[in-house]
Amino acid sequence: MAVCVAVIAKENYPLYIRSAPTENELKFHYMVHTSLDVVDEKISAMGKALVDQRELYLGLLYPTEDYKVYGYVTNSKVKFVMVVDSSNTALRDNEIRSMFRKLHNSYTDVMCNPFYNPGDRIQSRWALFAVHALFLQGLPC
Amino acid sequence: IMELCGATRLGYFGRSQFYIALKLVAVAQSGFPLRVESINTVKDLPLPRFVASKNEQESRHAASYSSDSENQGSYSGVIPPPPGRGQVKKGSISHDTVQPRTTADPQEPASPVVSPQQSPPTSPHTWRKHNRHPSGGNSERPLAGPGPFWSPFGEAQSGGSAGDAVWSGHSPPPPQENWVSFADTPPTSTLLTMHPASAQDQTTVRTVASATTANEIRRQSSSYDDPWKITDEQRQYYVNQFKTIQPDLNGFIPGSAAKEFFTKSKLPILELSHIWELSDFDKDGALTLDEFCAAFHLVVARKNGYDLPEKLPESLMPKLIDLEDSADVGDQPGEVGYSGSPAEAPPSKSPSMPSLNQTWPELNQSSEDTAIVHPVPIRMTPSKIHMQEMELKRTGSDHTNPTSPLLVKPSDLSEENKINSSVKFASGNTVGQQQAGVVAHPPAVPPRPQPSQAPGPVVHRPVDADGLITHTSTSPQQIPEQPNFADFSQFEVFAASNVNEEQDDEAEKHPEVLLVEKASDPASSLRVAKTDSKIEEKTATSAPANVSKGTTPLAPPPKPVRRRLKSEDELRPEVDEHTQKTGVLAAVLASQPSIPRSIGKDKKAIQASIRRNKETNTVLARLNSELQQQLKDVLEERISLEVQLEQLRPFSHL
Repeated sequence: MAVCVAVIAKENYPLYIRSAPTENELKFHYMVHTSLDVVDEKISAMGKALVDQRELYLGLLYPTEDYKVYGYVTNSKVKFVMVVDSSNTALRDNEIRSMFRKLHNSYTDVMCNPFYNPGDRIQSRWALFAVHALFLQGLPC
Repeated sequence: IMELCGATRLGYFGRSQFYIALKLVAVAQSGFPLRVESINTVKDLPLPRFVASKNEQESRHAASYSSDSENQGSYSGVIPPPPGRGQVKKGSISHDTVQPRTTADPQEPASPVVSPQQSPPTSPHTWRKHNRHPSGGNSERPLAGPGPFWSPFGEAQSGGSAGDAVWSGHSPPPPQENWVSFADTPPTSTLLTMHPASAQDQTTVRTVASATTANEIRRQSSSYDDPWKITDEQRQYYVNQFKTIQPDLNGFIPGSAAKEFFTKSKLPILELSHIWELSDFDKDGALTLDEFCAAFHLVVARKNGYDLPEKLPESLMPKLIDLEDSADVGDQPGEVGYSGSPAEAPPSKSPSMPSLNQTWPELNQSSEDTAIVHPVPIRMTPSKIHMQEMELKRTGSDHTNPTSPLLVKPSDLSEENKINSSVKFASGNTVGQQQAGVVAHPPAVPPRPQPSQAPGPVVHRPVDADGLITHTSTSPQQIPEQPNFADFSQFEVFAASNVNEEQDDEAEKHPEVLLVEKASDPASSLRVAKTDSKIEEKTATSAPANVSKGTTPLAPPPKPVRRRLKSEDELRPEVDEHTQKTGVLAAVLASQPSIPRSIGKDKKAIQASIRRNKETNTVLARLNSELQQQLKDVLEERISLEVQLEQLRPFSHL
């Protein structure tokens, strides 16, 4: 159900970005880019010490007529941005949270790989699989 | 031939199929009967004669098969990395990685016949140690067969065709061998019998320059049968390497250390990253021994030119406790069904590798699979385990491998039973009888039987039931079957308890009981003497020392109730005992069914509990016998008192 998933590094460059194949990728890339401003705004607004899981999940960043953009930030300031189609049955907040949680787990698995240098583009196939699952059914398997 | 090599089944010629087919062609042309075994057994076949020139390589392959059969056993002979190479010229086989390597190889046209990649273990050197000496490197391995074969072959082919280069490439295997060696040898050893593929390994080794050859060797080394199966040699080599990094075999290799180690293999980081993802099963950033072996095996396979699978092949999966036995089984069968397996392996592999950049042949993937076997499977065979278990049982050690029980055959079971009986006690006939019945049943593995048995003993010893149950579960388990696994432990418990009660009921009920009964037999035998009068009537076979009235009846689990009924019927007088026993049995049985499930996870705990149970069993058995004795004494006293009463009665009337 998500049409685009992006993992943004701390320095605000993308580590991994993937859109549903049928969509116009450029548009989504642009949306993700603009949403980063909103993310930064929310992060700074949160203030100090947000180690809470709830705080990791930023919620709806901004809605457009067709899509909704959700954000999630990790403790190391790595941001996950997800664009979902508004036309889909409105995904409940919990579903979005679980999707982000799974995305976070996949990201952790990628990090655990000693051959992965943080800051590199994520080329792990496993991570891709998980993300693909997100696209297919809205929840990674 | 197509059918034999599995291509018909698969619908296409994977590498292994191709090699097998070539070999079979040679066999057929030599006039040998065309059978699956002929591939391995017929050696020194003349190269198959093909009309097309390109068949040179094929024939070489075929030849290599025959020649290699000696050396390379381990390496999946069938998987012909060389073909890839040979085809480089033709451009048929598209090993991207291989090709560059093969091209490098042609430079060494007649390199000395490379010694079989043998035994990586022998050359456990760090990666690429031997890169530089082609002929020397191989010297470690027994070139014997393949070597001589190759050289003539190489000479014959001196055409310098890609094939030759490929073959010759083998000679400089050292670099590969170093790294590959470990890959090769293990696989070759196992494959020796299976496929001449080992020859292929050699050829691949030769053709490929250090890097390439290493990869090829790796591929070849991977046993053909199960592309990802790890041969024993390989596994041993991996274990040794693991020890160099982490002396504690049960410990972990941290990610950083593993990264350094695997970086030495000179594989691209992306591939190493993928291998890591495949092998780090629990995603903890550290490698256990099994994970390490899987990773190592994948690296070896990759170096040999096999594509990495998309997901971890089954044979490489770190064995969960339960799977161990199955894994072992898998290893062995792998070789056996090599002809079939290659066919199967490639299909599995190829789909998995679609995304791989390299166009490694499907075989690569499969070969890798064959080479890498579950770490677990290597474990002892069931039979061995059984014996061990039997002994352990005596000591209350618990079944070592839940999996092994699976492998253990009924025969083992019977052996164990015998052993158990002898070890435990001088079990009487009853035990034997029971055991016989048990032996027959063990394969059945029915948790139910245990309940029936359990009910008997359970009834008698409620207190012990728990302990016994655990013990029995462990001890009986030695019997290979897992389902029985649980049962056995119960039986033992019961056996102990049964001794008091009635062993025959139990014996009849389940083979599992057999084990238990064995334990119980000794006790029962003791009691038998005492309680013969009482029990013998009921249980002809088992000298049910159901005396255990005194024994605390085991907490009768609901399940055993069924058995209880049976036993009760038989032991009429000992109804109580029966109930107790059945209760115990039931408890044991109940516990047993659950045991197998958790076995995988808590093997050790189970084994420990088995030991405890066994100990409890023995204690209970002794207690049982003592109580029976007391009972007898008391009965005698009663009788004497009654007699006196009778005598005195006339006086009372007076």
